[in-house]
Amino acid sequence: MNPTLSLKDIQKSFGGVTAIQNFSLDLYPGEIVALVGDNGAGKSTLIKIVSGVHRPTSGDIALDGASVSFSDASAARSHGIEVVYQDLALADEQPVYMNMFLGRELTRKPFGLLDKTRMRSETQSLVDQLDVRIPSASSTIRDLSGGQRQGIAIARATHWASKLILLDEPTAALGVAETAKVEELVASLKERKLAILIISHSLDQVFRLSDRICVLRRGEQIGVRKTAETDKNEIIAMITGVHNE
Amino acid sequence: MIKAIDTIKSLDLQRSVIYFGFLGIFLFFAVTLHDDGFLTSRNLTNIILQTAPATIMAIGLVFALSAGEIDLSFGSIVAVAALSAAVAMQNGPMLYGVAAGLGAGILIGAFNGALVAYLRLPSFLVTLATMGLFAGIARSMTDLRSIPVLNDTFTGIFGSGRLFGVPSLVIWTIVAVIIGHIIYRSTRFGAHVLAVGDNARAAQVSGIKVPRVRFMVLTLCGATAGLAGLLYAGRLQAAKYTLGESDLMTVIAAVIVGGTALNGGKGSVIGALLGSLMMGMLNNGLILMGLQVSDQMIVRGLIILLAVAISLREVRR
Repeated sequence: MNPTLSLKDIQKSFGGVTAIQNFSLDLYPGEIVALVGDNGAGKSTLIKIVSGVHRPTSGDIALDGASVSFSDASAARSHGIEVVYQDLALADEQPVYMNMFLGRELTRKPFGLLDKTRMRSETQSLVDQLDVRIPSASSTIRDLSGGQRQGIAIARATHWASKLILLDEPTAALGVAETAKVEELVASLKERKLAILIISHSLDQVFRLSDRICVLRRGEQIGVRKTAETDKNEIIAMITGVHNE
Repeated sequence: MIKAIDTIKSLDLQRSVIYFGFLGIFLFFAVTLHDDGFLTSRNLTNIILQTAPATIMAIGLVFALSAGEIDLSFGSIVAVAALSAAVAMQNGPMLYGVAAGLGAGILIGAFNGALVAYLRLPSFLVTLATMGLFAGIARSMTDLRSIPVLNDTFTGIFGSGRLFGVPSLVIWTIVAVIIGHIIYRSTRFGAHVLAVGDNARAAQVSGIKVPRVRFMVLTLCGATAGLAGLLYAGRLQAAKYTLGESDLMTVIAAVIVGGTALNGGKGSVIGALLGSLMMGMLNNGLILMGLQVSDQMIVRGLIILLAVAISLREVRR
């Protein structure tokens, strides 16, 4: 089976500063891989490379075995890669369904006017499927809770991603109950055979959700462990570089 | 049932302010100025005729504000557009005048838009500067002289003409509001305008071309100001550098009172129409009341202040 995403010897430098060096990782369908490391370890840079915001200085990106190169974020999106940002990237004053279709609005012949009815009903069925509880597809984002908003952001990514979802600290701004709900949602995406790369600061969360854990330190790939075969002490040691056996 | 509740909820409270305000002022004048002829169809039609240019500019401004931008230069654009049209028609056919007026508006709007979208200058400062720049250009174009517009077809279509008994300015207003409303509410462009004003980063990561939207809304403002210039020239049968000079406050107030958020992401074309008519009624009513110009300005300023304060309170919630 081809990996959904294959990163090989990815390197990225900004000016003279190396942000990522020799990073290689394969992600398979239905797999959740967590990317952990301290601030400045290069996690966000890596997400930006995969989502097409940055181009790697050298190295290969392959999707389903085919080598790709993204000129911008739209190119990555059209390859079935979606990102859920920490700050959600939702338009607060707009209804849920317009956010779900932001930049990809459905239109209706013959005048090319917005097909709000269809956007609403597709949104409704999607949030129902994913069990994101919101009053209605027409609710304004501003009126929703943090957990509901993150649910919408993830539902949107799920709707458009055909291969890969990148989650950048999806629960950083959420309370305990809301975090649990979002984790449930993320775990349920495995059944859709999507590959998921998640950045998280919470090791508890990483251990609850992930199949494998990839550790970065100062742009260097320290190692990849199967979650079932490692423990927090080992991961912390890898993150900090301090071994206290 | 749930759907009905949603519908009621989605009828933003904030937007109802303009309906109450509109009705309130209308009823007030209808009662107090009954004997002065406020309610005569002639007077009411007059209000619509007088507000037509402001309403059309307000439509452009709804788009600009919704996208998180502002245009302060439209008053100056009106003068340049009207003068361009008048000069072009001195020796040429009507079409030259229309092309010159609209063209001037679109070009100046595009100039504003390019500076804002592609040089990333704040629209407030750009249009503050171009407001002065084009006010100066309008003055120098004809050495402060007013240029008569003698082309009857032009003054008919853009001014005093009628179609099936309906004054052309009323038709312009209705057509512009309908088209503006449809573009705003029911096209991808309208959705992108709102998204950019609401959360530019979200719009950008969603693949919306944010600079293009900013460029377009300011160009649209220029275009509506150009059309407003044609309407002024048509109605007054002359163009002068003073045209549009006093519209800045009226149009901005009309748009804000009409429920468009000053910082983007939310707005209403219909609200702007009502806001503009409300400003027109105010003007008209204060004149009929026999107030002196200075008193009119004071009362109008206070009422606008009140109306804007109420509208913004509702927006903030």
